[in-house]
Amino acid sequence: MKPFGYLRADRTDQALAAYAAHPGAQYVAGGTNLVDLMKLGVATPPFLVDISRLPLDGVDETADGGLRIGATVRNSDLAAHPLVRTRYTALSQALLAGASAQLRNAATTGGNLLQRTRCPYFQDTSKPCNKRAPGTGCPAREGVHRDLAVLGHSARCVATHPSDMAVALAALDAQVHLLGLDGERTVPLTEFHRLPGDTPEHDTVVRPGELVTAVTLPPPAGAHSAYRKARDRASYAFALVSVAAALTVEEGAVRHAALAFGGVAHAPWRARAAEEVLRGEPATEETYARAVDAELAAADPLRDNAFKVPLARGLAVRVLTDLAFRP
Amino acid sequence: MDDAGATSGSRTFREGGTEERHPDPTSFVSLRINGNTHELRLDNRTTLLDTLREHLDLTGAKKGCDHGQCGACTVLVGGRRINSCLVLAVTCDEPVTTIEGLADHDRLHPLQEAFVARDALQCGYCTPGQICSAVAMLDEAAAGHPSHVTPPGRPGAGDPELLTPEEIRERMSGNICRCGAYANIVDAIQEAAR
Repeated sequence: MKPFGYLRADRTDQALAAYAAHPGAQYVAGGTNLVDLMKLGVATPPFLVDISRLPLDGVDETADGGLRIGATVRNSDLAAHPLVRTRYTALSQALLAGASAQLRNAATTGGNLLQRTRCPYFQDTSKPCNKRAPGTGCPAREGVHRDLAVLGHSARCVATHPSDMAVALAALDAQVHLLGLDGERTVPLTEFHRLPGDTPEHDTVVRPGELVTAVTLPPPAGAHSAYRKARDRASYAFALVSVAAALTVEEGAVRHAALAFGGVAHAPWRARAAEEVLRGEPATEETYARAVDAELAAADPLRDNAFKVPLARGLAVRVLTDLAFRP
Repeated sequence: MDDAGATSGSRTFREGGTEERHPDPTSFVSLRINGNTHELRLDNRTTLLDTLREHLDLTGAKKGCDHGQCGACTVLVGGRRINSCLVLAVTCDEPVTTIEGLADHDRLHPLQEAFVARDALQCGYCTPGQICSAVAMLDEAAAGHPSHVTPPGRPGAGDPELLTPEEIRERMSGNICRCGAYANIVDAIQEAAR
């Protein structure tokens, strides 16, 4: 690990100023991903600004009946929050499906969104990687890519975003609140993470020095929501494919549907094409399968990860079917 | 703890954001561990795990993977279980409890008793992490925190009867035992929960 300076910020303006004063600085909160990447030599910040004590740790109901989640709320606290468990079930389930209890106790809302891919080439500094070292190439495309992307990838990068939480937030129409020296702005979660294109070194649209301050959720649009994750072992493993969905069925027809996939792309994958097919159609397994197929028609699997396409189809149809039968 | 905390940033950063060419790579750290206060000057890179093992002779917490994947380094910070290999000591300002701090003088903690009674180990390398993790896990369950296998409608596992082997296995999945003593670990935790 490279030596670095350290400051614990008590106020957001202090954090922004410290970042600006130290070129190449990084913010740290839970540190569960960043400290690991520093040990691996993937991240080499000369200065860390500790934002874990900023007053951004509240979970509060908003005036419109939605929820405001502070950036430094721990994943474990958010998963156990009564309003999250009852109104945003998919979010609680996604958080509890991620990592281990020890990691969830440290990891924060903002850090979860900003975690880096677990692509083995990205994490190994002896290998080329366009995300870590732009222009060096992507060995994953021909190499070990069983766990990597089937949708939205580019010639430069086939990495997946590893978060479970972000997939649920994508289906729940979350907004991410950012604060920079130029002021505040809000980005829909579905536009927060980028597809790799020609610049896979940029995971998100966050500008240098900007701080994630909160995530907000509108009042739940679907009657019920759920998250389901397929992985290589029963617990404590990243998703091969995951699905978050919210669904409202009235008089046998789909009134509202939101669907997002995880483990398949460089960003949480909101399935707008599937939602388009679902709207107003009979709430049957046939409809769900047709809708999911419309989405997955865009899939472009690599040599060893074509299994993800039928896995995504099966998971999504199952989640929608289960949701439709909830009382 | 009022006296716990870290400074250093204060030496490298001035109000208003004056840039310094060479930020201090060390910090003065005050750690409250098992009821004792330790004041140290540490390289900012030092993890809590290395601080315990290399600077304070508290070698109970073990270094397994050093990447937050095995759980052998699990300790309690502010009563919560965390991987001490992924915590920079300079960021730590809450009281720390390690395996050395669980017993009440020569009376073992009930989970330590249960691990011995149920023979819940073979080589023992993962055991300090398993026990620290289980101590916090029982507190989480008592507080009604749900797990991945808790049905959405159910209020966590406040009742010890709800702490089934399936719940214990899921809640303890952050602690790997390469000897495979899981069956007895689950028994020991279930016994201590009653």
